Amino acid sequence: MTTIARPRNLGSRLLGLQAALVYAFFYLPILVLVIFSFSDDRLVGRWGGFTLGWYEAFWNDQELTDSLWVSLQVAASSTVISVVLGTLAAFSLERFRFRGQRVFDALLYLPIIIPDVTMGIMMLIFFSEGIDLLDSVGIEASKGIGTVTLSHIAFNISFVSVVVRARLSGMDTNLEEAAMDLYATRWQTFWRVTFPQILPGIIGGALLAITLSLDDVVVTQFSAGPGATTLPVRVFSLIRKGVTPIINAVSVVMLVASLLLVVVSLIVGGLRSSSTPVANDD
Amino acid sequence: MSTKMLRLLAAILAFGLLSAACGGDDDESAVGADCEAGQTDGDLNLYNWAEYIDPELKTQFEEEFGVTVNEDNYDSNEQMQPIISQGNSGYDLIVPSDYMVSILIEGGDIAPINRSAVPNLSNLADEFASGLPFDPDGTYSVPYQWGTTGLGVDLSVVGEDVPQTWGLIFDADLAAEYGLEGAMTILNDPRETMGAALKYLGYSLNTTDQGQLDEAKAVVADATSRVAAYESDQYDELLVSGQTSVAHGYSGNFLVQFFEADDPEQFTYFVPEEGGTRWVDNMAVVADAPHPCTAHAFINFLLDAENGAALTNWNYYASPNAAAVPYIDQEVLDDPIVYPADQSKLEFIADTGDFEIEFSDAFNEARG
Repeated sequence: MTTIARPRNLGSRLLGLQAALVYAFFYLPILVLVIFSFSDDRLVGRWGGFTLGWYEAFWNDQELTDSLWVSLQVAASSTVISVVLGTLAAFSLERFRFRGQRVFDALLYLPIIIPDVTMGIMMLIFFSEGIDLLDSVGIEASKGIGTVTLSHIAFNISFVSVVVRARLSGMDTNLEEAAMDLYATRWQTFWRVTFPQILPGIIGGALLAITLSLDDVVVTQFSAGPGATTLPVRVFSLIRKGVTPIINAVSVVMLVASLLLVVVSLIVGGLRSSSTPVANDD
Repeated sequence: MSTKMLRLLAAILAFGLLSAACGGDDDESAVGADCEAGQTDGDLNLYNWAEYIDPELKTQFEEEFGVTVNEDNYDSNEQMQPIISQGNSGYDLIVPSDYMVSILIEGGDIAPINRSAVPNLSNLADEFASGLPFDPDGTYSVPYQWGTTGLGVDLSVVGEDVPQTWGLIFDADLAAEYGLEGAMTILNDPRETMGAALKYLGYSLNTTDQGQLDEAKAVVADATSRVAAYESDQYDELLVSGQTSVAHGYSGNFLVQFFEADDPEQFTYFVPEEGGTRWVDNMAVVADAPHPCTAHAFINFLLDAENGAALTNWNYYASPNAAAVPYIDQEVLDDPIVYPADQSKLEFIADTGDFEIEFSDAFNEARG
């Protein structure tokens, strides 16, 4: 560790100040958002007295609650599927050698790199042509919640696999070999030895997937069909017609839900073995 | 090449041929051609602007025809168009703006309206039944609501006798006189803003004369220094909350905000005396609509005199429906914001074909 010829106290104070500023930069806007969700004024940004009316309005707004339900459905199913597929992909890249591996690796990064709009248009064309193709063999398909879920799975697999791969590569393979030496089958080895060790990575990947799915606007707009409007897409379309603090109420609800999710996962993660990887003594 | 590779290649070729063969599968007759008045063929999938139709009207339609109305929203024509033109969107009815109708017609994305299924077409006012620049015979679209683009002002800042001119945003002297520097917003839309500048200079907003467009560009570039923001969504809220004193925007949006303000008399909207944009949103049946007959029934339903009036009474835009006039609230009819007194200088935005890109370029350069 290089040392800089500076009084330690000032340095740590400045670092502390910088950290505080970063926190402020992130959280002050959120605080403002939360505060004005309780404001009894149609215009966002003016304080008109305390009220819970906007939350009530959100609860009573059929279209908003419908879109929230769609968002939750899509997030849940796309997360589950992409976690499974992403973990499998991570395993294949870390533990095996096969022809075309480098190509697969590069392709897996693609959804992370390409812009949302490009991905959206790609999915739009894909689904449209796909429906035509299925139609020609007599299968009826249409765009809707299914196509939205498929698009979300498409980009979520990449993110989950990156997170799980990082965890896998830092893992100690000695334990697995020891287990197999002791007559554990590959299946038992995976479930009893490997899986608990990579679980923090899987949970991290799952959290990332849920967040990305709940947040996504552009790709969803292009892949959705009738009746498949998700919450952020609905909120976006409302901006054109006029924003009221109901948007704040919606955001606060989603914020609280995400926080709960993070807290729960931390508790679950904390109940298991520590999250720092076992050091390799080579 | 190994046999495995050869087999893979053969499979890919076969797949490619199959999809190519299916690609050109077009129905000869237009969708909806066999529909009769009032006939439905399933639920309605409506793709509309947000908050543009009264939920009560939708419920009424559902009860009358025994179908469900599914509405999804888009926030711009440009977002709706690729989804529709790609095909298999799943939607039956869309509500494109005037210029977007021409683009959709050219792309073959909307179907001709089956007039026998929409007998209430006769309710349309003459100037909307035919002669619209984007669809002269009303073959592909049916007017939904129309409005104008103009200026909303805060009377407490500019005073009751404010001159009703585009100069408020384009003339530096007027801006200084009324204290509007840094307190105005202009629409972030190439055709609307360049159009406003062209009208201010006395030209048509559909000009294809590069010289005129360059003059307009200079005017807008000069205004950029005085503008608080180029804003197409929140301009009405910024005005009513006091952050700006003059805003360039659409009639109906202003009206809704003014009603909610503490003192509605404090604000007003007008189309400047030099003239401005008249825009009309239209209903159109998607070319591959799964339920075209229901779509036609819905169009006919909205063209009914009372339903058309209900639409206007809810969203405060003007109705193209002449038969609806007796049922529209008097205060809406009397409101010059909704129905401007002098409509002679209003122009529709028309597609200028290859010249369109000049508008966008000029606007981007002027905006800086």
